[in-house]
Amino acid sequence: MAVVAEVPRAPASPPRRAGAFFYRHVRLKLLLLLLPGIVWFGVVYLGSLAALVVYSFYRLEEFTGLVVRDFGFGTYQELFTASNVDIILRTTLMAAAVTVVCGLLAFPLAYYMVRYASPAMKTVLYIGVLMPLWSSYLVRALAWRQILAGEGILFWALDKVGLDGVMRALLDVPVVGGPSIVQSYLGMLSVFVYLWLPFMILPLVAALERVPPSYLEASSDLGAPPQLTFRRVVFPLALPGLIAGSIFTFSLTLGDFIIPTFFGSSAFFIGTQVYTQQGVAGNLPLAAAFTVVPMVIMTFYLLTARRLGAFEAL
Amino acid sequence: MSAGRRRAGLGLRLASAGVMAFLYFPLTIIFVYAFTTQSAGFRFPPPGLTTEWFGTAFRNPEIWAALRLSLSVAAVATAVALVLGSLLAAAVARTKFFGRDAISFIVLLPIALPGIVTGIALRSSIVLAGVDLSMWTIAVAHATFCVVIVYNNVVARLRRSSPFIVEASADLGATGIQTFRYIVLPNIATALLAGAILAFALSFDEIIVTTFTAGQQKTLPIWIFQSLFRPRQRPVTNVVAILVIAITFVPILVAQILTRDPATTMSQDRTR
Repeated sequence: MAVVAEVPRAPASPPRRAGAFFYRHVRLKLLLLLLPGIVWFGVVYLGSLAALVVYSFYRLEEFTGLVVRDFGFGTYQELFTASNVDIILRTTLMAAAVTVVCGLLAFPLAYYMVRYASPAMKTVLYIGVLMPLWSSYLVRALAWRQILAGEGILFWALDKVGLDGVMRALLDVPVVGGPSIVQSYLGMLSVFVYLWLPFMILPLVAALERVPPSYLEASSDLGAPPQLTFRRVVFPLALPGLIAGSIFTFSLTLGDFIIPTFFGSSAFFIGTQVYTQQGVAGNLPLAAAFTVVPMVIMTFYLLTARRLGAFEAL
Repeated sequence: MSAGRRRAGLGLRLASAGVMAFLYFPLTIIFVYAFTTQSAGFRFPPPGLTTEWFGTAFRNPEIWAALRLSLSVAAVATAVALVLGSLLAAAVARTKFFGRDAISFIVLLPIALPGIVTGIALRSSIVLAGVDLSMWTIAVAHATFCVVIVYNNVVARLRRSSPFIVEASADLGATGIQTFRYIVLPNIATALLAGAILAFALSFDEIIVTTFTAGQQKTLPIWIFQSLFRPRQRPVTNVVAILVIAITFVPILVAQILTRDPATTMSQDRTR
């Protein structure tokens, strides 16, 4: 590189001695590099997580509405009452459904990108998937509020093609349906899927790119029909990518309180419950206990994911 | 592929096109409703088109204040993330030490854990420490989840570049500062820039952690969130949404192009 030659030779100046010193004392250099980050994450972040867990063992005094700093399991007993367990189950099921639908939608596009798209097309698609991932989550949720509105474009389009009856029938289905699409779990599911889909596509592309084409040729040479090749070769090798993507889709759904505020029935989700408990209700201990749930779920999820090799696909 | 590129089946092509349309169609709706004459609803097709909402938004001092706050928070968060992220990356990329994997894991945690966890954890410790919620508490929270963006970008770049260029520079008599200035920095510059842009965009858009770490402060996403509860002047929200898209879209595109093309700085180092 040309710039190297331009560097003037200097006598043993302080900066040079410092450079030599750090070259000999690698451990010290390492410590200095690590120190700011470790202090920040150790104190600010891990400290906060610890404070949160500690808070969950405090309790709220019913009469005064003040937090009593006594260590106890009272808040956790409250957490495991039937209605709160419902909230946890509802949120977890929604997260699972979102993850499955994201996987189903992501696969064809990811497969097309890796196996069939020309290099130029692939770049366009790749950036096309990345852009929504980085661009405003709230703006995209807002768009859906307007699409799904009763007098909005979805019903206008369905009406034009004569499929509005199908939608009404769908909304009559118990559990997934509701009085309107905005107030149904179906609507909420669509919005979540829309928001988190890029998080599923990208790791899947990374995983599929690592499947050598020769494996597919070998499989078909040995007489496997395409479906069998897909099931026995492509899918198992893409699995780490799916799991890596599912970390995001699952975790993001578990912790969201914006979408359940605007979509779905008035039933609480973990996010909305945490938001209400720490805000209006002023019950920070219960809010803290509620956030321990996704922390525990995600810890197990991440540990399992690591064992299944998902981190290499991130 | 050696055997040549076969054409994808019709079903696969349709499915791929459908997913891409699904990703982009909703953004066009934001644009359409910014021009509707209807103040309170979302009738489609819009009963009429107007540009008056852009003027209404422009004259609203609340929106300007929110924009200023969002920009300052993002700037502070990005600056902190740049320093912490690149220092950690420099430590991790070249040296093996006990707990190295833990660093990558802990840095990832603020975005791997649900946003409410990070948000409420930071809020409870801020309250416990007796610190008042302010722009600075928002910035600290944002910096915490932005570090991983810079970190990942710089680690990836350092792993791709030759470890010997630093030693070569020292052998040729450069001081540590000179090596950093002339060798290391040009090498990681685009990675730093891309990381900074993405961290900035991430902070600028964030709402969940912000809700918990803000007091009375309104960032632009918080303003949008609260405006969703207002029944009147709904298109103004769409105008602000367009502003958010405009501020984030182009820089993000630039960042993606920067990180996708490592050839510029690297190959020169290798070949010369």
